[in-house]
Amino acid sequence: MSFLNNIWRNEKSREIIIQIVVLICIGWFLSWLIMNVNANFKALGKDISFEFLFIPAGYDINQYLIDYNNRDSHLRAGIVGLLNTGLVAFFGIILATFLGVTIGIIRLSKNWLASKIAYWYVEFTRNVPILLHILLWHGIIINVLPHPKKAINIADVSFLSNRGFYIPKPLTENGIELVYLFFVIGIIFSILFLKYSKKKQDLIGVQYPVFWINLSVIICLPLIAFFVSGMPISLEIPVLKGFNFRGGMYMSPELAALTFALGIYTAAFIAEIVRAGILAVDKGQREAAESIGLRPSKVMNLVVLPQARRVIIPPLTSQYLNLTKNSSLAIAIGYMDLVATLGGISLNQTGREMETMVIVMLIYLCVSLSISALMNWYNNRVKLVGR
Amino acid sequence: MNIETYKPGSYPDLPPPSGTVGFYGWIKNNLFSSLSNSLLTLLSVTLLYFLIDGIVGWFFLDAVFDADSKIECRKIDNGACWAVVSRRIGQFVYGFYPEVERWRIDITFFAMFIAFAPLLYPDLPKRKFLLWFSGIFPILAYLLINGGYFGLSKIEYNLFGGFMLTVIIGITGIVCSLPIGIALALGRQSKLTVVRTLCVCFIEFMRGVPLITLLFVASSMLNYFMPPGTNFSILVRVIIMFTFFSAAYIAEVIRGGIQAIPQGQYEAAEALGLNYWQTTRFITLPQAMKISIPGIVNTFIGLYKDTTLVVVIGLLDPLGIARASMADTKWNGLSIEVYIFVALFFFVSCLAMSRYSLWLEKKLNTDHK
Repeated sequence: MSFLNNIWRNEKSREIIIQIVVLICIGWFLSWLIMNVNANFKALGKDISFEFLFIPAGYDINQYLIDYNNRDSHLRAGIVGLLNTGLVAFFGIILATFLGVTIGIIRLSKNWLASKIAYWYVEFTRNVPILLHILLWHGIIINVLPHPKKAINIADVSFLSNRGFYIPKPLTENGIELVYLFFVIGIIFSILFLKYSKKKQDLIGVQYPVFWINLSVIICLPLIAFFVSGMPISLEIPVLKGFNFRGGMYMSPELAALTFALGIYTAAFIAEIVRAGILAVDKGQREAAESIGLRPSKVMNLVVLPQARRVIIPPLTSQYLNLTKNSSLAIAIGYMDLVATLGGISLNQTGREMETMVIVMLIYLCVSLSISALMNWYNNRVKLVGR
Repeated sequence: MNIETYKPGSYPDLPPPSGTVGFYGWIKNNLFSSLSNSLLTLLSVTLLYFLIDGIVGWFFLDAVFDADSKIECRKIDNGACWAVVSRRIGQFVYGFYPEVERWRIDITFFAMFIAFAPLLYPDLPKRKFLLWFSGIFPILAYLLINGGYFGLSKIEYNLFGGFMLTVIIGITGIVCSLPIGIALALGRQSKLTVVRTLCVCFIEFMRGVPLITLLFVASSMLNYFMPPGTNFSILVRVIIMFTFFSAAYIAEVIRGGIQAIPQGQYEAAEALGLNYWQTTRFITLPQAMKISIPGIVNTFIGLYKDTTLVVVIGLLDPLGIARASMADTKWNGLSIEVYIFVALFFFVSCLAMSRYSLWLEKKLNTDHK
């Protein structure tokens, strides 16, 4: 008895005992689950197989980035869905970042009225569920915008209607390679020039207007190439044919609603993050920078922002991740993203809940885990080294 | 140097220059301090003008509050048609809960305030006594809402709906997820490798997938994992998923709080001879919880807002009712009105939660400032 007592009193052995007990419990629980699944599947005459991925999907997707028709396989439908998720996340992130940073800075501005407006924007937006934002925007686009025949006409090339947004589509012709080439050259030049000017500044203290020079090089070089090679880009302008527009680039009402909703909703969170990040920089830093005579823009760019960035970027990334995960709510308005294709229609048509949901969840899990790994790496890299 | 000239008191302080204080001073400093600032003010005023003009007109002045159908609404005025909401307000609040039994919901709702008061306000008089009520409230609520005992008729879960459903899922999820979240956070910080790995896997999985996929699992797959023949209601399955989902997020918030506690606290606890559970109970958790209040409340708000997702798997939460109302040919196409109505409900309740968290934070703040 005292022997057992001793084992229990010894910290090391006690830890091992506890862990073994936990392992046994978990193992029992998992095997219980698997047994249940087996029994249930046997009773229903089901099995687990992924062959359904290769049979024709048989449903249509109205917005796609790669060619797709309803004779393609479920696998391809899933990929189209995944790309659609990526598409809306991409647009949403751009909108959210732009709006969020602007609002965050306005909230910090000395202007009382503007900062109050920004404050109430944030409060209103983030206290309303994202699903409502999506449905509301969808409702606005469907119910408020006019029919294609009376579409809002922007300079005769873009049209907004309740069937979606049509904008001109750039078509590339022969000679476009030159433009691409010069674009790459412009970027390489600006990287080299950045390094050179930094070196020069360290050596003799000269400052070049690096930003403006680089910007003009990156824009002008491809532009010159564009004119030299005889303007190899033409625009395909959407035209009204019958009940709807044909040609041009198409943004479905669902995609537009989702982009607006996700962008506007996430912007409220980003605004708070940006504001907190800027406020987190010690006031003394700003005052010190001002006292050595830096201009306000330099104070911001050289002193405040680099330090705020350290605070801002990790939560910002997690907001981007949230936006991407929230885009799965697309199913509520019928935008065909990953969940709506593979986890929605494919699931219903094939009856393979287990397989489709496992695939969908694994994809989301992979994306978020890899992004968090990237974030951990970044955090370690920019961490202040404590003494 | 003639000091005598400036004898204190004989030359009273001049008043500050007019234009730097008072109403005009405030306006000058806060709205028109520079050119760009003035432009921003003008821009804001224009924006506000259009917003208020549009909103007040559409919301109130041109709005129709009672009519029989959308067409009738439009005949009366061209603003919002709130009739769709006012005619169905019962459904928006109670779902399809039988009308004669709705008093049960009302009683539970008011009892909820009494039950939560001692938990939310630590200074309440007779708190000990009220806490007993909080303890038995869940049983009371279950009996009242669900029925089936004491002569109360049993109400099927699929009749639950509206804001009542939001509150049921939200509050149950919030109450259940906090303890699980704390356990997960402690597990993730544990020295025991097996426990830690398990907690990390659970947390990362829950945080990595969208809630909607978990709800699909709840609605279509959870029964496969149960012994054949078990069949428990979709509402319970959904609440379980919500609880686990927000527990994972709460765990991460609390972990942040635990990690923010200075090492010296643990060393002091060890020096006093406290064991692991005592340290956790008296040192770690009180401090960690205090730090993580804003994060925890944000997670709660998130969970509360996410309850709207149940509409995707066919439960009749306010959004489900909204869709049902719009499917009615009489009210077809009034989506904006109903969605704004539901949005206002969420706005008010979430704002209340975040204001409470600010108040609590201020109350518990013991920083020396």
